[in-house]
Amino acid sequence: MEKTVEVLKSATIRFAGDSGDGMQIVGSRFTETSAFFGNDLSTFPDYPAEIRAPAGTLFGVSGFQIQFSSQDIYSPGDEPDVLVVMNPAALKVNLKDLKKNGTIIANEDAFIEKNLNLAGYKSNPLDDESLAGYKLIRVPVTRATNNAVKDLGLTAKDANRCKNFYALGITYWLYDRPLEITMDWLKSKFSKNPVIAEANIKALKAGFYFGETAEIFTTRYKVAPAHLPKGIYRNITGNHAAALGILAASLQSGLPLFLGSYPITPASDILHDLSSFKNFGVKTFQAEDEIAAVCASIGAAFGGSLAFTSTSGPGMALKQEAIGLAVMVELPLVIANIQRGGPSTGLPTKTEQADLFQAILGRNGECPVPVVAASSPADCFMMMFEAARIACKFMTPVIFLSDGYLANGAEPWRIPHESELPVIEGDFRTEKEGYFPYMRDEFLARPWVKPGTPGMEHRIGGLEKQHITGNVSYDTANHEFMVNLRAEKVKNIENHIPLAEVDGDPEGELLIIGWGSTYGSITSARERLLAKGYNVSRVHLKYLNPMPRNLGDILNKFKKVLVPELNLGQLSMLLRAYYLKDVIGLNKVQGLPFKASEIEKKVIELLTEK
Amino acid sequence: METKTPTNGTVDGAAKPKLTAKDYSSDQDVRWCPGCGDYSILAQVQRIMPSFNVPKEKTVFVAGIGCSSRFPYYMDTYGFHGIHGRAASIASGLKMARPDLDVWVTSGDGDLLSIGGNHFIHTLRRNLDIVMLLFNNKIYGLTKGQYSPTSEHGKITKSSPFGTLEEPFNPLTLALGSGGTFVARTMDRDPKHMQDTIAKGKEHTGTAFIEVYQNCNIYNDGAHFLYTEKDTKPDHSIMVENGKPLLFGAKKDKGIKLNGFRPEIININEGNNSINDVIVYDETSKELAMIVAQLSDFENYPIPFGVLYKVEKPVYEAQMEEQIEDSIEKLGKGSLEKLLFAGNTWEIK
Repeated sequence: MEKTVEVLKSATIRFAGDSGDGMQIVGSRFTETSAFFGNDLSTFPDYPAEIRAPAGTLFGVSGFQIQFSSQDIYSPGDEPDVLVVMNPAALKVNLKDLKKNGTIIANEDAFIEKNLNLAGYKSNPLDDESLAGYKLIRVPVTRATNNAVKDLGLTAKDANRCKNFYALGITYWLYDRPLEITMDWLKSKFSKNPVIAEANIKALKAGFYFGETAEIFTTRYKVAPAHLPKGIYRNITGNHAAALGILAASLQSGLPLFLGSYPITPASDILHDLSSFKNFGVKTFQAEDEIAAVCASIGAAFGGSLAFTSTSGPGMALKQEAIGLAVMVELPLVIANIQRGGPSTGLPTKTEQADLFQAILGRNGECPVPVVAASSPADCFMMMFEAARIACKFMTPVIFLSDGYLANGAEPWRIPHESELPVIEGDFRTEKEGYFPYMRDEFLARPWVKPGTPGMEHRIGGLEKQHITGNVSYDTANHEFMVNLRAEKVKNIENHIPLAEVDGDPEGELLIIGWGSTYGSITSARERLLAKGYNVSRVHLKYLNPMPRNLGDILNKFKKVLVPELNLGQLSMLLRAYYLKDVIGLNKVQGLPFKASEIEKKVIELLTEK
Repeated sequence: METKTPTNGTVDGAAKPKLTAKDYSSDQDVRWCPGCGDYSILAQVQRIMPSFNVPKEKTVFVAGIGCSSRFPYYMDTYGFHGIHGRAASIASGLKMARPDLDVWVTSGDGDLLSIGGNHFIHTLRRNLDIVMLLFNNKIYGLTKGQYSPTSEHGKITKSSPFGTLEEPFNPLTLALGSGGTFVARTMDRDPKHMQDTIAKGKEHTGTAFIEVYQNCNIYNDGAHFLYTEKDTKPDHSIMVENGKPLLFGAKKDKGIKLNGFRPEIININEGNNSINDVIVYDETSKELAMIVAQLSDFENYPIPFGVLYKVEKPVYEAQMEEQIEDSIEKLGKGSLEKLLFAGNTWEIK
């Protein structure tokens, strides 16, 4: 049968199966291949908190979505065009997201009575009419995989585990992807166990050939390479970018890097990455708890290190008292909070932006801390670098916000050369003459003096300090002076960060203002709106405390300001408080990023309402 | 006692005048209550410091919160007064980042064993080369008289008007159980013993844990008098010395004998007993240390003071540096440029 090739600008595919089915692995392979192919892309891994939830259950479903494109894209896509499901539970959980007329590739071998029951299906959806609105492609993935690897003498279990690569092979055929990159990856990954590598390669090829020979696919799709800016690229997740960012800051400042951390989802990869950078002189310390982790970092900062601690929301809550100490002793410290669904343990593997208040306001006393937020996985590199720059220049703790979506999501990153990176000033005072521990420079920062410096022995601590001398002081007037001074020091940082930039007209009917990981969804939504003739401007905030000093002026030039956030309106409340602007919130707390369509719909509603 | 003979006040032997106790006294007024046992600890530490030949600027005192934790403010060295319970953590990070520094922790029974209990046990098992002084007055002083984790069962305090319901920690067995490599006890009323014990702790490579029986004359006056005062001390305290029999009593005629695993008190001049029946202390024996440390928990037994245990084990920060050096040797010094461009990259022209 002649097969037609349809050229697409972009496509979105989602792999879904049991948490033990290897969906994250094949999603990552598809990502790598597409990146190599030159597509722009954005990914969204979505997996359960349980390591291996019981097989076949709804809560054990793990998914990986990727949008790849011949144009710039900013989000992992709203609705998948193709849904690969390895069992009934995966179908049940994901079907609601699939595009109308979208394609389902289902492993029919898994649609057996036991699995159907576990997923709550009364009858087999592959057989009844319930999938009538979709293009259903039934593939005996399990049987075909076993068949493909039968000569290798694998155990039934090992043979069965290759089925994810069979499914990946089908999608490679469907979207015209090369197999070599994945084959190379398998060979290197299983270099100590070449039979497993061979089995997976056989499964991958068998899936690919199935697409080619089976009569069921009538169309094949092509997504051409994107025209990204010149440069050398790699794929990068937010957590990896964050780890590289803080390492780069350490090298560009000449300060040795110290990380005190305690494992927590979804931040642990930062600890893993930095633990492996030993030959850069990085010291990493897995502490007994979150508090010890941050306190050890503060100790290292006192000793003259670029001190860093990484965590997620619940850990952040535990660290807050120590962050207050860092504010009081005025030592540089970078705190990364990779946000997840809260409160309490909440949704460990899902994304949310509900720790903005915790970052800005979450300590006892008047306790100002600069806060920055990354807007995309790759942006974690520069914003982490920025956090370190601010910390060292102003002698203050700085909070870096990312979230589960950025942490695990990936995108192509144009790699900066070392020579393109700015130098961070982190100087130690050694001049004894005229030195006092709490004297101030023009940025209101106090001098950083390392223990070991002769003649400059001094004591710091959490008790209020007398201005200049740094002696313990209970003087009430001095306390008020110091509270104001600390506030002014942080406020003054607004003069040392970029101004807010408006994408689109500088004034008008509607401005969308977002922060952090909503960047991609808002950008996609705005592009669609512009294409439909709605004139919408946008500002995206990466500096949350202090905010850019021109932000108030910008807000006042728009009739309506929409603030989409993955929380109940934390940025909205701050903007209302700071600028007396009656902003409108668009809020979502489902543990998932915004779909561009959700923002688009809200904007149209606002622009058309009477 | 073995201490290095002070030479001329510096490590490298440069001709600097030898430091004195006064050089370690900061310009801040000491604000402890008059008569507090903390004064003695401060005095002994300031007196013994010059003998270590560590430059003042290399010395850092780290504390948490509590009366004892004001200690760093009174020492003219580098100092960090942290937050409640976290002194060990701050000190750990500092020592890891700067192994060249001489790091001391001063803490109280509430700070170190209650709110900071977790950091205490983990710091001991990591064995950083630091000295940890526990000022144990068996009460919360700074918050004005609540019971602490070392207060005895039934103790009447402001927060336990009908008596406490919990057994106290024995800091020595806790430290031994946590993998402490140097475990000792001394008292505020015996300056010489305290100086000796601190000097031994300082000499030890690894975490030196020293419990100091310290009197809070306001909220728990006399809590340790049975063990520290001239009249009662001989019969209620036993001074443990390596290689010497465990004898006590005014006439040194009472000793500790082992009956199986059970310690028994004998009079060496009675019946068939002789000094040969008494345990000869071996500070390298953890088994013995555990038994003797527990004497504090038994009724009618003397309380041990001195170095109960001492063993050399790998030090955390040294191993950390070693891993870094090994890695540099194997992989070469890290190049940021190479790391940034590592893995699968592609070029867009």
